[in-house]
Amino acid sequence: MGLLSDPNRRRALINLLTRLNAPICVVCYMAGVAWFMGLAFEPFTLRTYMSENAMGSTMVEERFPSGERAVATGREFAAHKKKVSGMPVEWLVKTMQARGLEVYTQRFSRTLPFPDENKERYMVKGTNVYGILRAPRAPRTEALVLSAPCTPGDNNNQAVGLLLGLAQYFRNQIYWAKDIIFLVNDHDLIGMQAWLEGYHHTNTTGMDWSPLQGRGGSIQAALSLELSSDVVTSMDLVLEGLNGQLPNLDLANLFYAFCQKIGVLCTIQGKLQRNDWDSVSGYSHAVQTMMLMVMKQASGRPWGDHGLFLRYHIEAATIKGINSFRQYKTDATTIGRLLEGMYRKLNNLLERLHQSYFFYLMPSLSHFVSIGYYMPAFGLLAVILLLRALDLWVQLATPPPTTEDGIADIEQVRHAHSSSPGVLSVLTPLVISHLTGAALYMLPIRFQEMAVEHFPVSETEAVVLTAIAVYTLLTIIGTEQGWRVLKLVALLYLAVLLGCTALINFSLGFILALTLVPAAAFVTPHVPKVLSAFVLVILSPACTLLFSVFFFQELQEMPVSFLDGWLLYLSVISQGILDHFLYGSLVYPLIALLVYPCWLLFWNILFWK
Amino acid sequence: MSGLPGFLIDDRLHFPSCPSQGGQRFLVEMAAPLTLLLVLAVTIRAALFRSSLAELIAERVEVVSPITAWKRVVEGLALLDLGVSPYSGDVFHETPLIIYLFHFVVDYAEITFMLADVITAVALYMAVKDYNKQVFRKQKFALEADRYPLDCLELIRSPKEMYYIPLKVAMFYLLNPFTILSCVAKSTCGLNNAVVALFIFSTIKGNTLLSAIFLCLATYQSIYPLTLCAPAMLYLMQRQYIPVNFRRASFWWFIAQYLFMYLGSLFVLICLSFFLLGSWDYMPSVYGFILSVPDLTPNIGLFWYFFAEMFEHFRLFFLCVFQINVFFYTIPLSVKLKEHPVFLIFMQLAVISIFKSYPTVGDIALYMAFLPVWSHLYRFLRNTFLVSCVLLACSTLFPVLWHLWIYAGSANSNFYYAITLLFNVAQVGQPGRSQRRLLIESLTETPCSPLRKSQNEKSY
Repeated sequence: MGLLSDPNRRRALINLLTRLNAPICVVCYMAGVAWFMGLAFEPFTLRTYMSENAMGSTMVEERFPSGERAVATGREFAAHKKKVSGMPVEWLVKTMQARGLEVYTQRFSRTLPFPDENKERYMVKGTNVYGILRAPRAPRTEALVLSAPCTPGDNNNQAVGLLLGLAQYFRNQIYWAKDIIFLVNDHDLIGMQAWLEGYHHTNTTGMDWSPLQGRGGSIQAALSLELSSDVVTSMDLVLEGLNGQLPNLDLANLFYAFCQKIGVLCTIQGKLQRNDWDSVSGYSHAVQTMMLMVMKQASGRPWGDHGLFLRYHIEAATIKGINSFRQYKTDATTIGRLLEGMYRKLNNLLERLHQSYFFYLMPSLSHFVSIGYYMPAFGLLAVILLLRALDLWVQLATPPPTTEDGIADIEQVRHAHSSSPGVLSVLTPLVISHLTGAALYMLPIRFQEMAVEHFPVSETEAVVLTAIAVYTLLTIIGTEQGWRVLKLVALLYLAVLLGCTALINFSLGFILALTLVPAAAFVTPHVPKVLSAFVLVILSPACTLLFSVFFFQELQEMPVSFLDGWLLYLSVISQGILDHFLYGSLVYPLIALLVYPCWLLFWNILFWK
Repeated sequence: MSGLPGFLIDDRLHFPSCPSQGGQRFLVEMAAPLTLLLVLAVTIRAALFRSSLAELIAERVEVVSPITAWKRVVEGLALLDLGVSPYSGDVFHETPLIIYLFHFVVDYAEITFMLADVITAVALYMAVKDYNKQVFRKQKFALEADRYPLDCLELIRSPKEMYYIPLKVAMFYLLNPFTILSCVAKSTCGLNNAVVALFIFSTIKGNTLLSAIFLCLATYQSIYPLTLCAPAMLYLMQRQYIPVNFRRASFWWFIAQYLFMYLGSLFVLICLSFFLLGSWDYMPSVYGFILSVPDLTPNIGLFWYFFAEMFEHFRLFFLCVFQINVFFYTIPLSVKLKEHPVFLIFMQLAVISIFKSYPTVGDIALYMAFLPVWSHLYRFLRNTFLVSCVLLACSTLFPVLWHLWIYAGSANSNFYYAITLLFNVAQVGQPGRSQRRLLIESLTETPCSPLRKSQNEKSY
């Protein structure tokens, strides 16, 4: 604190910071972006290692023999599915009972706020079927879950087949210390949500479900299986869950370790690992993998059925079989052995997975970047806001000896004549922009309910555009001092908002910071209006989302035309709204209620008169 | 006198609230904004009580402590109704008077809490108004006697600027988000604040008996206001022109009087509680609970993490150290600030709210309300910007890190405690470091030293 308590030195520091404010900000921005890009460079990342003692080695003998039978069961399941055109509940119950499980079903129904066009569903009714294998070796206080979704069409039949095959095999083993729950969930995430709410006796989203008749112990870990072909070339691990939450890194390590042991090709984000990190293409491969993870995490959606488990403190991941044109194939027996190995290790757990990291990014399956490494990238961006705020503070404080306190808002009445913007001039834009944000949050659903037209996306879009259009007409007349105070408040607001977002969901915070920070830094009423208005629109949250959609497609090596991209963009918005109402994803309310009003404040400053 | 600002030579030098000068008109003028403010504050609270947020807020550890939580009061009431001692079981820790108060008004709890806030605000308003009148009178005398050095003139306060200070104080209390949260959560902290505010009001009005009684009530509620004894006595002595001199009999006589009233009413209260409940159960359950800190639920204070991590055999020692911390600052502060007892009250409130065993945001709100009283000294504050940014950021980070720790399970207690620490450091930084020092430097009516001049210059 020596630097801060010595008035002379502090003044020198502040002088330096105000004089060189713009260059320092530019340097910080560059450094932040460079730091972030550097994260994917392999020498800067850490190798993954297993932290949990109970899962320390992969010394397990996997003996799962009946892959062929599992595939046959899958075919039988597919036939029954086709016959009843939906979940073959009776067949599943019978089959599970035949394998010696305690079988229960759960019905659920849910009406979506508006029809989901992607999955073509509105009134959803379904049944989950699950069987519990009781632990022979220990009291039934803990449980593991293996789930497979029952999806319409020809997908995922093999996953259900393998699940049933594993159930039969596991039933004959004596070493289980935890209950194992085999769950086949209907209507993917909605069914999963119903089952989890039923299991934990909560109801957060207002869904109707029948209470569960049977329960195991508290769930320690869960894997969700997606498998659509008899043989696969590689197994893909999906980690991103609801609101960008990730499972403990040890779960990823476990998967990686067993893939290595059994000799299965494993990928993350569908990208194989490469060894040539020192070449340009190797580096860009790592960047792509990491950026895909960042984009997926930022979306706040659950990217697999495991995504909802994380909310209940359960470490979970989705394992996906990918069948591509490679020569080397893995059969169902090997996948079964992989899962057997993982479950035996999870069975050894003495406490919940907590040893390893919860905040990480993965540029490849064997390397990770922990929170201590990636936070500085965000910090460098956030510090720009603070520097600009400091600059404004100094400007506000120097000419007349009045001080304007961020929270206190004390104005010295003695200097009232010189300049002291009332609280009102700051409060009015704040209130108006938040009301606009609230309108943005409420209107899409309300409009939809009133108008029977089933085009929620265009409704949403109309609301966004009208909100902007309405707002641009409003310009607040104020003094020179007034916009400075408003900008100071807006800068601090944005800094706190982004900081909190980055703590909960780093990727979202970082992406928002990338676009909003420059906008916040340059806006004053004295810059050329038309050009800056254009730039500000480009940097708005809505446009950020549009760019992200294109960028994501580009990363997945599936580039789209502009029109397709636009349609995708609209469907992404409607998905975001649905995710909020169905599963409680927080991205949509965050953007509508906080980020968008904050952006409006800067818009307001630009058109200050 | 040529260098004096205009208003000092002006006729308006007389404080406008002097009853001789159209006091009636003034009363109407000032009462209107205050009433408006009260209506606004009550509306906000009533709206929040009706919303779904109320339940959420009532669960927040930052807002309610094990002592002040409304849920626990309800539990105590239920036990009382069943004819069981409310202190059996380890849930209820409020004082017997509170439970008997709510025994009668439990159906009107929301109104009670809003009323408590209103009483606090009005008491603070009147107290500060009275205090300002005195400051102004003193300043006038000093000016006439030419005791101010010239370069201190900018610190002299104009009537116009002081005119709004009481209103600002009331506003700072009523519209402070911390107070609103605390009221909506029905934290009994609001009632404690009301008692303390009434104590300050009666002290500043110079009523020795009422001052002692309210102080005793505040002490009875949470022990820590005990330290306010010193500033109260200092202030009352100053008002009655009794010199603070250990060799004077009048000094000792006054102290004896005050302590007699204070201890007498404390005795009455304690006996009353005993007769209400018919047992001494409440002593260990209330005061033992405050002093020995058995409940380590995380809060915004410094105790929980420290004592959760500590080996059991060090516990008693550090408990003493931590508790003495609250009381100890009274001595140096009263020596240093004996000329400014009201500022001393403010400092003591801040110290209590930082170092007490179960602090909540409601405690912070009480001392924050006093900030406008010394607004003319803000220019001497160092790092105001930094400190207010840190306070702001910390207040928003509390719920975020709590979520990450308790619900998401991805962060842990260290994250939360780090923010707690930062929050408290900022709080210490706010009034403690800068204001005290500057007040001493600027208000003790000694000629300005060259050293002070350099500090007069702007600091951010």
